[in-house]
Amino acid sequence: MRDASPATTYALHIGVIALLFALNFVLPDYHQGLFARIMALAVFAMGYNLLFGYVGLLSLGHAMFFSAGLYGAGLTVYHLGWGVPEAFIAGIACGALLALVIGLLALRTSGVAFMIVTMMFAQVFYLLILYFAAWTGGDQGLVIQQASRVVSIGAASFDLTDPTVRYMSALALFAVVLLITLAIVRSRFGRVLVAIRENEERTKMLGYDTVANKLVAVVASGAICAASGAAYALLFGYVGSSFASIQYSILPLLWVLLGGAATTLGPLIGTLFMYYVTDITSGFTSAYLLIVGVALILLVLFFPKGVLGSIRERWLGWLP
Amino acid sequence: MPGRAEGGASRIRSRVMHFGPHLLLAALEGLVTSAVLALTALGLSLVFGVMRVVNVAHGEFFMLGAVLAWAVSTAISGHPAIGFVAALVIAPLLVGLVALVAERLVLRRLNYNPEGTIVATIGMLYIIQQLALTFYGPEARPVEPPFSYRILLPWFGYSGYKLSVVAASAILLVITWLVLTRTKIGLTMRATQYDRETAQAFGIPVERVYAGVFAVGAMLAAIAAVLIVPISQAHYLMGQDPLLLSFIVVIIGGLGSLRGTVVAAVLIGLSDGIVSMFFSPTLAKIIATLVVALVLVFRPQGLFGTTSR
Repeated sequence: MRDASPATTYALHIGVIALLFALNFVLPDYHQGLFARIMALAVFAMGYNLLFGYVGLLSLGHAMFFSAGLYGAGLTVYHLGWGVPEAFIAGIACGALLALVIGLLALRTSGVAFMIVTMMFAQVFYLLILYFAAWTGGDQGLVIQQASRVVSIGAASFDLTDPTVRYMSALALFAVVLLITLAIVRSRFGRVLVAIRENEERTKMLGYDTVANKLVAVVASGAICAASGAAYALLFGYVGSSFASIQYSILPLLWVLLGGAATTLGPLIGTLFMYYVTDITSGFTSAYLLIVGVALILLVLFFPKGVLGSIRERWLGWLP
Repeated sequence: MPGRAEGGASRIRSRVMHFGPHLLLAALEGLVTSAVLALTALGLSLVFGVMRVVNVAHGEFFMLGAVLAWAVSTAISGHPAIGFVAALVIAPLLVGLVALVAERLVLRRLNYNPEGTIVATIGMLYIIQQLALTFYGPEARPVEPPFSYRILLPWFGYSGYKLSVVAASAILLVITWLVLTRTKIGLTMRATQYDRETAQAFGIPVERVYAGVFAVGAMLAAIAAVLIVPISQAHYLMGQDPLLLSFIVVIIGGLGSLRGTVVAAVLIGLSDGIVSMFFSPTLAKIIATLVVALVLVFRPQGLFGTTSR
């Protein structure tokens, strides 16, 4: 990997954030809403990418971290009447705690067993949501009223149902997580993670505690995914069990594979592209799962590195 | 709320009164589940054991078998037994063909890489499911059982067909076991499972063995589905539970171990039948899934397996 000066790298990322900021004033209403959703979900993909792309751990259960944030934020608002900031933090805390427990258990396995174990824990989480339908609303879900989605800071109050406020909130979360990911990847810790992906035995021999490093990565990944879920609940006002289903564990994998695993901007590109493909095709066919299926197979057969991964390989070796 | 508590109390009373027959009924239902599960899980286990491929689309091959069984049996008029027998032959063959094509076009090109094949079979899952929804529709449709004889027990009548499913499954399991242990085909399969490179060096056509195993694995799931479809109807989402339960069985039984698979299938089927009769099916699934995840974490070779390679 050729290193670019940090300035170029940061300029690129700040540029992307600035572009997204500018788009708020250009996009038509419908696409503005879609972009807010995409940015919130791209955070989910970035959290997934941290574990899948950089550590090389393929989880099939990340829906549980996303929905831990979703329900952690949604249920505290709905049942306890918490304010938006507290609920958001509660969501992240739920996800981080769950990730800690799951990490301690699942990291005892590796490879195929890790995938199956994470999938099963996620399935348990999904079934628990259905089982406690009295509180979670089961598969019907819960709608969080507009009145409880207003943030008051001092004298000013922001209504998260307002399109511009929603867009800017999603962008703020996206920007923060993007810069955090970039910082992690460029840090010593990030390099250790990549070393674990490339050769865990050798990394262990060099004196690194690989299990502890992986555990930190799982918790960070879980917390980021939970942040995405919490934001989703608060911005769009709905929590439902479908977000915990296996499909929502597969989607971030698809987005990351498409955009390019182990690239900082890949998750955004993958999410953006896939979201628009399904949005456009849903106009004339309901067979959206077919597209997901075909995309997965084609990607894994012909473009295992994804969009940005291929670009990095061909032209821009410095891309983080 | 008071109404609910009262209902609960009366349910407990009736449960106490008929506990014995209730348990027998639950055990019989569990046995039928076990029989179908053993066949389905055996397919998954063979594919994983020999090819080291985790086939996430296995449940969809099961569903495809049921849907094709409906299509074949409705296309053939006359006595329901004729349609059923035709379905029992044609549906698994078609499913095997689909699996063969998938193996050729996708898995082989991925060189059976474990992670790549998981992603690819997830893709197949979505494709098969969506095609079933498009061409078969969202309805659940029944297939008529080949015969409708009821065995009269002192407490309740029980479907003779359900018991014949158990018998059929047992026969198929014995046949599979004989093929694996007593024939040359079984020997080449076991050799490939044990050491792919050495098997190839000894002139075993490894790729052909892989293709055959993948097709047979899918066909076992399809046969199980044809057997169950007169009891539980064909639906395009019916593959999800068998997939999860098969995973559970294969993991508890030890990956690639036939005996372990059968024992685990009986264990899981019976406990699923009994627990679901007395408690909520969701709770039964939660407990089973959690137990299995923990088995995989703390005893990755399964409860009956010896060593994992």
